[in-house]
Amino acid sequence: MKLNEYKEINERLYTAKLPNGLPVFVVPKPGFHKKYAFFATDYGGVDRRFQLAGKWTDTPAGVAHFLEHKLFDTEDGNALERLSANGASPNAYTASDITAYYFECIDDFSENLEILLDFVSVPYFTKESVEKEQGIIDQEIRMVEDDPDFNLYYGLLKSLFKENPVRDSVAGTVESIKKITANTLYDCHKVFYAPSNMALCVVGDVDPSMVYDIAEKILPTEKSEIPLRDYGTKEGLSPVTANISKEMEVSLPIFLAGCKLTPGAHGQDVLRLEVISAIALELLCGHSSPFYHRLYAEGLINADFSASFDSTAGVAYTMFGGETRDPGRVFAELKKELSNLLSHGPDTALFERIKKAAIGSHIRALNSFGVLAASISEGHFKGFDPFTAPVILSKLTVDDISEFISKNLVSDNMAISIINPIK
Amino acid sequence: MIKLSFISLHSVHKSELLPGVFFTCINTDKFKSGCITVNMLCGLSHETAAANALLPRVLRRGSKNLPDMESISAALDELYGVRLEPIVRKKGEIQSVGLYCDFPDDRYIPGGESVLERAVGIVGDILLNPYMPGGNFCSDYTESEKSNLIDDIRAAINDKRGYAVDRLLEEMCAGEAYGISKLGNESEAAEITAESLTARYNEIVRNSRIEIFYCGSADFERVKAALMSALAPLPGRKEAGLPVTNIIYSPVSDTPRHFKEKLDVSQGKLTVGFRIGDTMKNPNYPALMMFNAIYGGTISSKLFLNVRERLSLCYYASSMADKHKGVMLVSSGVEFANFNTALDEILIQLENIKNGDISDWEYTAAKRSVITSIKSALDRPGGLEELYFDTVVASVSYDPVDISDMIEAVTIRDVIDIASGVKLDSVYFLCGLDFTEDNSI
Repeated sequence: MKLNEYKEINERLYTAKLPNGLPVFVVPKPGFHKKYAFFATDYGGVDRRFQLAGKWTDTPAGVAHFLEHKLFDTEDGNALERLSANGASPNAYTASDITAYYFECIDDFSENLEILLDFVSVPYFTKESVEKEQGIIDQEIRMVEDDPDFNLYYGLLKSLFKENPVRDSVAGTVESIKKITANTLYDCHKVFYAPSNMALCVVGDVDPSMVYDIAEKILPTEKSEIPLRDYGTKEGLSPVTANISKEMEVSLPIFLAGCKLTPGAHGQDVLRLEVISAIALELLCGHSSPFYHRLYAEGLINADFSASFDSTAGVAYTMFGGETRDPGRVFAELKKELSNLLSHGPDTALFERIKKAAIGSHIRALNSFGVLAASISEGHFKGFDPFTAPVILSKLTVDDISEFISKNLVSDNMAISIINPIK
Repeated sequence: MIKLSFISLHSVHKSELLPGVFFTCINTDKFKSGCITVNMLCGLSHETAAANALLPRVLRRGSKNLPDMESISAALDELYGVRLEPIVRKKGEIQSVGLYCDFPDDRYIPGGESVLERAVGIVGDILLNPYMPGGNFCSDYTESEKSNLIDDIRAAINDKRGYAVDRLLEEMCAGEAYGISKLGNESEAAEITAESLTARYNEIVRNSRIEIFYCGSADFERVKAALMSALAPLPGRKEAGLPVTNIIYSPVSDTPRHFKEKLDVSQGKLTVGFRIGDTMKNPNYPALMMFNAIYGGTISSKLFLNVRERLSLCYYASSMADKHKGVMLVSSGVEFANFNTALDEILIQLENIKNGDISDWEYTAAKRSVITSIKSALDRPGGLEELYFDTVVASVSYDPVDISDMIEAVTIRDVIDIASGVKLDSVYFLCGLDFTEDNSI
């Protein structure tokens, strides 16, 4: 396997590609007990329309998530139980653009890795097992429907985007999952779980070549094409509606404002956009910014206030959210701060401090095996090397930030979602 | 006391820095960052819970040297983004309040700058040199943080799963300190003034037991020196003991108590409270961990495999045993109509363990899962800190690393013995507004 060394952060990364197209990544962690394996596919809630044998196919919302639940079933039992009985803590998640299966364990790593690769690559569904799962997912959907943050988030995405699938819940709806059959699951598995569309990442004190050998032994040998997907017509930067609100059992109004951005191209540009937007958001309204301190002192926001950036399915957006007595006022103040920042330019001293803090937070993130594995896999799917983030960061100038802000953070491209307490 | 744990690749050094101020130094170079917690331990009580919880929040607003959030943020950013947060924990009937601080390890700071001493200095400054114009906390900060605290107390309802757990504890342990939330309650919080909070602060820094933990690559002497200098403003102190948790072995009432509440929700939450009486202080603590894992603590547990997987009654069903109080909770999300079926199944699975229905598979799976969770906690700075904090609170002398060996020795008989002592105390059900089957409870 090929070795990349990152001396400043004392990390090493082994990489290789199997003949079937699967990239394998290993981050050695001597001195740790825990070993972590992360097997992910470049497939999530947004990948609903895709090409199958040259023909465009539409699938109901929620298939990627349904598959995630069902793949744990194997012909001779359940992989979750097998891993758990073998001392591993397995889990899985489905996001808008990734489905990941992972475990951490102390002992018997190679055996657990074999189980993981096997159950994810060999589907086994029956009519009965699919119907039973509909019951469980039905409960999961009802559970998240009671979650104010879930409603807040999808409220915002629905007000920002007209048809992009990012606006629909990854889990689908009670109605959409009724349309899912064993055949739907088999078809989607065939298309999206081909090794060439996946990534395997292991973090821990393990022998990299052992990981490679096990993957080669367990996984199918044929190499498939990476599927084409369609996320609908390209949307403009104006939101569908500038605000959306709902009443729920919450103690104080919660809000999430968002701004549509011009998405980055493929590769390092995506990472660069992520790094720049993180710094720009910190300057605008992060916990070190004058905006945050002023609104906090006024009692308009609390320590939960945060801002973030996301890009997926051909779109990119930033989000600003928290708890407040007056969401309208916070939103107006945010827009005002933005225009201030545009006319006066960012504070250079604050910019330098925020950059230092960001370097520290990149160092700290390396403690988490889960964050490491997920960012390496995401980097592979999107075409960037996450370990280069500190380098991008150290080269950033105030002008890069000003340019980003004036180009992207435009008031007209913003919307706000609010959950109010029930009167 | 010094102890080297070869299997865990960290060494632990404990010492009493000042009367009633203890320091546990967990030394390891595995991590990219270090962390420090300073914890002031108080007995949970209605009179002080809200004020104690408010203290670190008001302290975090400003010190003599860094009088506002702007100057604190600037100082923390300068040190490569040191994080400094108020921390409030509930351990049995102990309320622990203080500060949590983490910072990049010096080895990874560009240009070889050193962060540790300066970060520890800021912790000491925030904790012991509070911004007190005129001798009291300033009323601005007090009122603003009081309002934030009250908002947080009210916000418990936003997370229905956690809310259903809190409400069960509040009802089930109404006459015990354990029924008090770690944030206190709204009416107690509303009473607090800058003066009363200052009095509380003076009391707590003088008389509470203080436990400090460090986890990172710097050696004991270096961290101790940094702490001694940071603690210099600490007023004269006497020895301070650990607050005590009162263990109740039997249910409060002869027949299980039922509590029901209606909210606008689409999924019901069922929480079931049991008395066990066994805690981390007991020699059979490893068996208690094993029992919880077999019953509902893991995804190979009886609750997960039966209530969720076999009967599809819910999305989650899990058990949690409080290692300091001897209380166990089962928490589950169910359809309103399935409430009785789910409760029956939860109790049947407990009976099954009492009757010795534990397969070798379940026993082995539970054992491996408990050991994995202990050992993997050793791989996280926060995990290590919590493991040692728990042994301090329970005042047990063994090293948490040793628990994994003790787990190996637990037999199925030991688990049955624990189960036999488990008694149902209370049931709490959170249902929807239009749920009318009132004879169901």
